[in-house]
Amino acid sequence: MIATQFTPVPALLGGMLIGVSATLLWIGLGRTAGISGILGGLATARGGNAAWRTAFLVGLMAGSALYQLAAGPVATAAPASGSVLILGGALVGFGTRLGSGCTSGHGVCGIARLSRRSLVATALFVGSAMATVAMVRHVMRG
Amino acid sequence: MLASLIASFAGLLFGFGLAISMMINPAKVLGFLDIGGAWDPSLILVLVGAIGTTAIGFTLARRLDRPLAAQIFHGSPKHSVDLPLVVGSLIFGVGWGLVGYCPGPALAAFALGNSSAIQVVMAMIGGIAVFEVWQWVSRRIKGVS
Repeated sequence: MIATQFTPVPALLGGMLIGVSATLLWIGLGRTAGISGILGGLATARGGNAAWRTAFLVGLMAGSALYQLAAGPVATAAPASGSVLILGGALVGFGTRLGSGCTSGHGVCGIARLSRRSLVATALFVGSAMATVAMVRHVMRG
Repeated sequence: MLASLIASFAGLLFGFGLAISMMINPAKVLGFLDIGGAWDPSLILVLVGAIGTTAIGFTLARRLDRPLAAQIFHGSPKHSVDLPLVVGSLIFGVGWGLVGYCPGPALAAFALGNSSAIQVVMAMIGGIAVFEVWQWVSRRIKGVS
């Protein structure tokens, strides 16, 4: 287990950038900056609807690459093994689609507009994630 | 064209923000989720910064009749808490707790070539595909095209 330090300034700064991004996508395109929705929507989107989704996701990947280019290597590795990564990734993909959103769509955009659905969803996924981490780190490993 | 330009710039800011805040590092995310361990509350400040800024942006947007590069604002069509929302969010949370990546950070770390992120993104797309196929089949069964 890797313990990390509290980093308030980068956290707030990065959060504000995400907020500017969500604002831009709403004011420009009238779309919610929810990553699972933007990605999942690609399954059935055609034409311009597919184009903006692809543009956003390519931009997102370029954004982290640009940061690494400017600031040097960034830690991104998950402290989990292959089968756990596959199981976890599949649950993230399926769960966010069934629940209509993830940390960005419900947690940021939904809460910013005080949506009751998003408040409930965020409380539930943060709660079940905390319970899962507690199981993995403290119960199963003693 | 303008819409895709705006979308790509918004994506760029989003990915840059995820990287600056270190939310593309699962160790930091799991450090927040591990309230019984050496707790790292950074994720809360990411959310505070993002929600605060977005709330201001959404309030300003109310002055617009329509978006700058689209016909309408696509708000959520659903307003009540239903079973799919509850079950889906609980399932997502289990996956998030196992790997420490939610969809945005997974894609951002995937872009940096991290092998664990590549596996998670592949599995995540698999999970999305299962959902889409299930939706498609249940629409066919109900007779709605």
